[in-house]
Amino acid sequence: MNIEARITSTPAAPTRFSAIWQRMHSAWWPAWVIFRREIRDTLRDWRIVLPIVILVVGFPFLANFAANRGLTFVNQYGASLIIERLLPSLMLVVGFFPSSFSLVIALETFAGEKERRSLESLLATPLTDLQLYVGKLLAATTPPVLASYVGIGSYLLLIGFTLDWWPPLSLLLVSMTLSTVQSLVMVSGAVIVSSQSTSVRAANLLASFIIIPMAFVLQAEASLLLFADYTVLWLIALCMVVVNVLLIRLGTHVFNREQLLGRDIDELNLQHAWQVFWEAAWPHHGLKALYTREIPAIIRGMRPELLITVLVILVGGMIVGVWGIQRFPLPAEAFDLSQVQNLETIGSIVSQSGLLTSFSPWAIFYNNARALLVAGGAALISLGILALLLLMAPVAIIVYVVGQIGGIGINPWLFLAVTVLPHGIVELPAAILATAQAMRMGDVMLAPPEEGGGVDGILRESGRFIKLFMGAVIPLLLIAAWIEARITPHLLLNFLGR
Amino acid sequence: MIEIEGLTKAFDTLVAVDNVTLTVRPGEVLALLGPNGAGKTTTVRMLSAILKPTAGRARVAGYDVATQGDAVRRNVGMLTEAPGLYSRMTGREYLDFFGQLRQIPTPERHKRINELAEWFKITPAAKTRPTGNQKDALDRRLGEYSKGMAQKIALIRTLLHDPPVLLLDEPTSAMDPASARLVRDTIAQLRNDAHRAIILCTHNLPEAEELADRIAIIRQGRIVEQDATPALKARLLGPALMEIRLAHPSQNGIVTLIERTIAGYGAQVQDAGENWVRYSTPDPAVTNPALLQALIASGVAVMTLSEVTQSLEAVYLRAVEGDV
Repeated sequence: MNIEARITSTPAAPTRFSAIWQRMHSAWWPAWVIFRREIRDTLRDWRIVLPIVILVVGFPFLANFAANRGLTFVNQYGASLIIERLLPSLMLVVGFFPSSFSLVIALETFAGEKERRSLESLLATPLTDLQLYVGKLLAATTPPVLASYVGIGSYLLLIGFTLDWWPPLSLLLVSMTLSTVQSLVMVSGAVIVSSQSTSVRAANLLASFIIIPMAFVLQAEASLLLFADYTVLWLIALCMVVVNVLLIRLGTHVFNREQLLGRDIDELNLQHAWQVFWEAAWPHHGLKALYTREIPAIIRGMRPELLITVLVILVGGMIVGVWGIQRFPLPAEAFDLSQVQNLETIGSIVSQSGLLTSFSPWAIFYNNARALLVAGGAALISLGILALLLLMAPVAIIVYVVGQIGGIGINPWLFLAVTVLPHGIVELPAAILATAQAMRMGDVMLAPPEEGGGVDGILRESGRFIKLFMGAVIPLLLIAAWIEARITPHLLLNFLGR
Repeated sequence: MIEIEGLTKAFDTLVAVDNVTLTVRPGEVLALLGPNGAGKTTTVRMLSAILKPTAGRARVAGYDVATQGDAVRRNVGMLTEAPGLYSRMTGREYLDFFGQLRQIPTPERHKRINELAEWFKITPAAKTRPTGNQKDALDRRLGEYSKGMAQKIALIRTLLHDPPVLLLDEPTSAMDPASARLVRDTIAQLRNDAHRAIILCTHNLPEAEELADRIAIIRQGRIVEQDATPALKARLLGPALMEIRLAHPSQNGIVTLIERTIAGYGAQVQDAGENWVRYSTPDPAVTNPALLQALIASGVAVMTLSEVTQSLEAVYLRAVEGDV
């Protein structure tokens, strides 16, 4: 017997169509092969199949039974509306349970492969990282999503025949869309979680970061269905798609040969983590270097984030503010400038508003610094999005208020120049700097650097955030707070007081 | 076929492979030896374009591992340290899966799987194939396989696409002696095919000595020794050690006679017993005939004169314990 292979093929001259087909085929065939293998493997695992079957077959009956009993009960009191609104919520729940298995399958598919040490032989084939990722992503998503559709279908048939309730097409579409995008979010989240773990057990521990937010989302969706507000459900689906795109982008970045086999990050190395953070946070070369080299270098490094921050807060703030003016116009009495008589009345007006404990520089500074620190924390858990939204809110409020002021005969530009500009010219750059760096912390999660990977990247950017905050943001906020508390009230009295 | 120059891989602060330079020509087997964690697996992973080098370069089958990863992987058969099989697949499904990933046309794929399975004695020959409810071994789930059988399946996976470069990490681990012999014979046959370059990572030193044309010893990421086995032995263990055995217990003065005779050739007596004497010589071809002549002339009955075998293990231990 000869162990030499005799693999020969004689390719025919390709036509244009066959050349395209050939390219498509060789690009996606490996992903399809991976997909088929994973599906076959999943369907042979009774620990996955049995619960899905039970959920798909049993749960719709249970939901139908509950709906019937509920309807009989509430009908006694003429409150059938409650159960009618509950039927779509139950449909969503029936669809969610099987789709939640996508998380289990994904963790098993990705982390299980690492744990069984079968990944390396797969990575030694000519598969590209993307083909492997796509094949596994689709394989982890397809069975639970199909199970979810079957569950929804079974539930609807049962409800249809027993209660003669058939959902509107828009409701059906939004429910199925939500099931699909939620599964995708869980799977793409699981890829990231799996890439950070070397065992299924460790991945399961980290999976709570996915399942808990998803459970909250499901509750929000169910509540919205009680109000029959399908528009918001579509918006949630859209948000899920955006989250999905971000997670897939991050997933394709972390799902590569280098990171999958090159790192072992189950072990927590606090000393190393502290070193990375401290190295980035502390001004090791003195104050002069901090202001002449280090802070300018941080600012240079976050130019794209600065541009995005400025654009989003100005354009977004304008749009939201103008929308607010049109949607929620305030009566003229809301702006009673006759109350602005002296410094004490200004202070008491601010205190009564509940925005600040007292109208002092320290209170203003504390409030602003706290908000920007929260934005930094929120950026970490929202890939930078919440930090932007937090800064967009005050800009929108300013546009809203200035716009309303114009409506009652006060010069809005004068109002802006007197009440916002003096401290805003210092405060806004400070806020933009902090927000841009917070966004950068979120960006690092989306595209971890080569050196040290995501965890080191986050620690490094967090350190830079602290350095920027201590070196630039805090001094600017202190100056702005002093202007706002000590100069702005005088300007207000002189120009707009009665 | 495999050209490595200054290859380095660092994981953050840990340098796993440090400035490794090696060449493996077509038709040559290089055994890469070293303690656990020395950098063997990382080196092999870089050569199969799974990990990217931090510095240096490597060309495998004519392709650069850093920039032509796909082409490298197409031309490399890599046997991983652990078989890492999918326990819910049958042997045939598993091999077919990897054959599909390698885009081997279906008829060739099936033929090749059957041939290799037969070669490695996984599929019983047609005449002895079990009948009734018994399944062909290749159609049983991989979870039911013994460790040795699993290793054979992993080897078939490695050879399926007939790669010109083979990277074999512990190919005979967990195998029974007969299967290990079969695998060693297979490697020897693959070596004899002049087109293949093979790197063999193993802790089995007799296996390395039997199969490898050259040995490279890696310690803390660095190649500390690299040469053909005899040259390594000579370099690390010193001159050849000879043993002369006498037919009768030695008479007084025999050791003195031997010492006097060999002294002129730069050799010296190392040890002696009742009817034997051991001496080391830098040039046995000159020393031994002269000594024999002198002993026979003196009427000493010589029973045997042979070289004392010095194992590769001694060479290895000398190298990895840092005496070199």
